[in-house]
Amino acid sequence: MELYKGSLDVKEIFGRWLDEEATSNYGAYIPFVGTIRAEEGIEALSFDIYEPVLEKWFNQWQEKANKLGATVKMAHALGDVPIHTSSYVSAVFSPKRRVALELIDEFVEDFKANAPIWKYDVKEGKRIYALERSTKMDGAGLLN
Amino acid sequence: MVKVEFLGPIGKPTIEMEALTLKDVSLKLKEDASLSEWLDKCAVALNDTMVNDLDITLKEGDKISILPPVCGG
Repeated sequence: MELYKGSLDVKEIFGRWLDEEATSNYGAYIPFVGTIRAEEGIEALSFDIYEPVLEKWFNQWQEKANKLGATVKMAHALGDVPIHTSSYVSAVFSPKRRVALELIDEFVEDFKANAPIWKYDVKEGKRIYALERSTKMDGAGLLN
Repeated sequence: MVKVEFLGPIGKPTIEMEALTLKDVSLKLKEDASLSEWLDKCAVALNDTMVNDLDITLKEGDKISILPPVCGG
């Protein structure tokens, strides 16, 4: 798992991951790129991350992938990420395509629901928490 | 004493309190009006592991994190 301040260098990351697994005998490599879209007048999105819980979340996915003979990778941006650049990339490597196709779906969806990352719209230099687009994590409301 | 930290957009400094269980933490946080809009939306981690049980017993120095709704990517 990799965290970067600002936009991700997608080509560097995907190229490096490809090199890292070049002789691992994986038959399938499925990358996913999340790019900031221009909408509702935003200049950028901005992100806060709680790394200790993110690390545990990621490690559980890695264990799950390893049991299937696969491996998962991800990188995310911290702070401001301008429109038309990338804040999130992930990938699955597996011996055969079926496992990779299914895992990338589950991995990215669970990432959206349970990775401890908070998103803000940036408008006129101000950060506005994107509450309406955010998802309560599993177990939310425990203290209420 | 246990530590309670408020993550992301909650924007509140870490506090310390006496609490034997998460139920005690809940009762104390409910007294804080600035948290009333957050508690029903937030998940909880104890020492960086997500938890879902108010009866969990706490010990000196435990760290409780309050995690509001997320949106990575």
